[in-house]
Amino acid sequence: MTVIFILIGCSLVLALVFLGAFFWSIKSGQNDDLVTPGYRVLFEDDNKEQQAEQPEPTVQ
Amino acid sequence: MSSVLNATKQAVLCYHCGDEVKNGALHYDEKSFCCDGCKTVYSILQQNNLCNYYNIEQTPGNAIKTAISESKFAFLELPEIQEQLHDFNDGKTARVTFYIPAVHCSSCIWLLEKLYRLNAGITSSRIDFVRKQLSIVYKPAEISLKQLVVLLSQLGYEPLLSLNDVVKKNDKSTQRSLIKKIAVAGFCFGNIMLLSFPEYFGFDSYSRQNFPLLFNALNIVLALPVFFYSGWMYITSAIKGIRSRYINIDVPLALGIVVLLVRSLYEVIAEVGPGYFDTLAGLIFFLLVGKWFQSRTYDFLSFERDYKSYFPLAVTTIVSGKEKSIPAGQIQKGQRLLIRHGELIPADGILMRGTASIDYSFVTGETQPIDKVLGEVVFAGGRQMGAAIEVEVVKEVSQSYLTQLWNNDAFKKVDTSRLVSFSDTVSRYFTIVLITLAIGTALFWLVMGDGGKAWGAFTAILIIACPCALALSTPFTMGNALRILGKNRFYLKNSAVVEKIAHTNHIVFDKTGTLTQNNGQQITFTGVLGEDEKQWIAAITKSSAHPLSRGIYENLMLTNPPQPESCEEVAGKGMYGVVEGNTVLIGSASFMGIAPTKENAGSFEATTTKVYVQINNVPKGYYTFTNKYRQGVEPLTKELDNDYELHVLSGDNDGEREALTQWFNSRNLHFNCKPQQKLDFVQSLQTGNAQVMMIGDGLNDAGALKQSDVGVALTDEVSNFTPACDAVLDAVELERFPVFLKFTKRCVTVIHSSFGISVLYNLVGLYFAVQGTMSPLVAAILMPLSSVTVVSFTTGLTNIFAKRLKLLK
Repeated sequence: MTVIFILIGCSLVLALVFLGAFFWSIKSGQNDDLVTPGYRVLFEDDNKEQQAEQPEPTVQ
Repeated sequence: MSSVLNATKQAVLCYHCGDEVKNGALHYDEKSFCCDGCKTVYSILQQNNLCNYYNIEQTPGNAIKTAISESKFAFLELPEIQEQLHDFNDGKTARVTFYIPAVHCSSCIWLLEKLYRLNAGITSSRIDFVRKQLSIVYKPAEISLKQLVVLLSQLGYEPLLSLNDVVKKNDKSTQRSLIKKIAVAGFCFGNIMLLSFPEYFGFDSYSRQNFPLLFNALNIVLALPVFFYSGWMYITSAIKGIRSRYINIDVPLALGIVVLLVRSLYEVIAEVGPGYFDTLAGLIFFLLVGKWFQSRTYDFLSFERDYKSYFPLAVTTIVSGKEKSIPAGQIQKGQRLLIRHGELIPADGILMRGTASIDYSFVTGETQPIDKVLGEVVFAGGRQMGAAIEVEVVKEVSQSYLTQLWNNDAFKKVDTSRLVSFSDTVSRYFTIVLITLAIGTALFWLVMGDGGKAWGAFTAILIIACPCALALSTPFTMGNALRILGKNRFYLKNSAVVEKIAHTNHIVFDKTGTLTQNNGQQITFTGVLGEDEKQWIAAITKSSAHPLSRGIYENLMLTNPPQPESCEEVAGKGMYGVVEGNTVLIGSASFMGIAPTKENAGSFEATTTKVYVQINNVPKGYYTFTNKYRQGVEPLTKELDNDYELHVLSGDNDGEREALTQWFNSRNLHFNCKPQQKLDFVQSLQTGNAQVMMIGDGLNDAGALKQSDVGVALTDEVSNFTPACDAVLDAVELERFPVFLKFTKRCVTVIHSSFGISVLYNLVGLYFAVQGTMSPLVAAILMPLSSVTVVSFTTGLTNIFAKRLKLLK
């Protein structure tokens, strides 16, 4: 049963790592804006697409 | 494809902004545009390969109806202004955050984050969609702040730069630290629970080994951060409360927490038991979650704006014939200001040059511009419409007609709330009863000669009676009510407002812009007009941009009026012209040669405007422009009349008295109220012990909104600015307002009944506690059980009430 000591130690350390990760995410501001990144991720990389269409720029 | 064809059949829509293209579309790149502004934006985007803007959302643009003049932003070259705006600037890189009201769709996000492709000086830009804030990192050596703002304005995203900071700085630190505290409490709570399980079930193999020693030691280690980090604010708050001789709900909570810790430590160290660490951590965790639930608010709204948020950052002065920008704070008496089209007048002054047509909608809610002639006083807060004017300042910004309101005491008080919340009232008595009971029991056992039991019972009472459930019922009920009302477009500043609303018994309405609509005037003609004559009037008014002429033209609904032979507009007076050989005169009374009376002259806050018509020197009659009352005013007043005393405060003359007496008691109608008088009126009601709710919309109601117990700002567009208030109501929901009020009363009932539940739990717990037989297991079960019951009871019941009142689907 002494294995319990090791297991508890491991589980606590592991949980502390996750707690630390959560603290880091708060500190880095990941939770400040929960709306905009949702839109941002939907935008496609438009560079190639637009280049392929080649609109003729009409300078006036 | 078919939808596109349909659209072209019905109306041509501008490719950029989606407005209907009316007279003569501009074509460019096989696309139609409504104006030059829209076309220019398109061409800029097209040249920079940014046309994806139009693919994300259809017609995402903002119409630019007036040309962007660079001189408008000349003040951005002033170092003191730049310093004020920059978040950071070391000469090489600078960061600035703008509030951009025009942000509205995902295309906006896309484009505003691609700014670096438009100008090499821009390093990056990030947008916060909800707050409509754009942070830009740029190189000041390559693009100046002014050029940056001009670029944004050219794209249709003009930032709002005002005297007050409209950008919300990082005020998230409190929210962030609360979340961290919850995380720590939750982490420790979970682990302590885990380590306590063997104890609960009393396994033989567990107690025979060294486990209890280790587990209890670990529990202490885990409980300390919960107490000293997460729960510490309850201790400090309780001490603060006691120092100011005021027992708030944190006092019994802090007492319970401290006793829990002390008794648990004693038990573990004295090796008499495992202690109550699980109860301690759970209690603090639940309390913090309640606090967090209550503190969620509407980020995209601001409830704290004063006039400074409306006023410009800088103004243009004229010094010996030359234009010069100065910060608005430095305006002094006697200076001459240049006010361009669309700019706000920052201080009271006398009109020295040009024709003023001033839109006071900010102040009064009235959109009809008021014409002023040379030598007349123009009040701060008005917006000039038309050509530039020059104004000589007669009063400084803070002393002006409107702004001096903010010097009133009502704005200096931190909290004008006079209402003591239910939980505070209860917790005062609760604490006294609790401490008496605890000491009484301890004395009883001491007299009986059982010292151990005296200590046990004393601490057990304080632990078990800790009003956790009571402390949770208010935040969860009010927090849920805040959300439900928010879904129905009634936004509260914080959850405490729910209880304040429930206690009001007087409701004061502003008239202009609140009971009446901001736009959509009713135009009626008094007199007789032939069909020909109507055509002529349409011909004259068609060419004018003046809102009154436009109103008349649109009211006539004639599509093809004849071309007038001549047509002239006399600024601020009216129009005359010749159509098919007939002279037509349209305009104010004085323009017609009719002596101005109190009836026909326009006043500062006039509601009825008259426009006279004369054809071939024969007076034909006059058009009356009246404000339309909002839909639902009648059912609203009927519904509220039974439970509330209703009042109307109007800045206007009593021209609408008759209309208003159908809905309101004529005793309670007050006309010609200045902003200060509105404030005084609310105050006078309050001295008569009334709980007053004020509903207003303009800056002229700001004083009354602040003074009242609950200030509700009504607005047609929620994201627009509203004066400082406790709640913002979307105007379309005005009719349902009585339902909202009813709902807040139901919520208070919910709190009262959940209090009953928590008392019941406490009685059960106390039954064990006074006998000195409370096992840690009982405490560990009772505490979370009571919390969970109360939380589900309050949220469930508020949801049921909301469904019954049709506030939730």
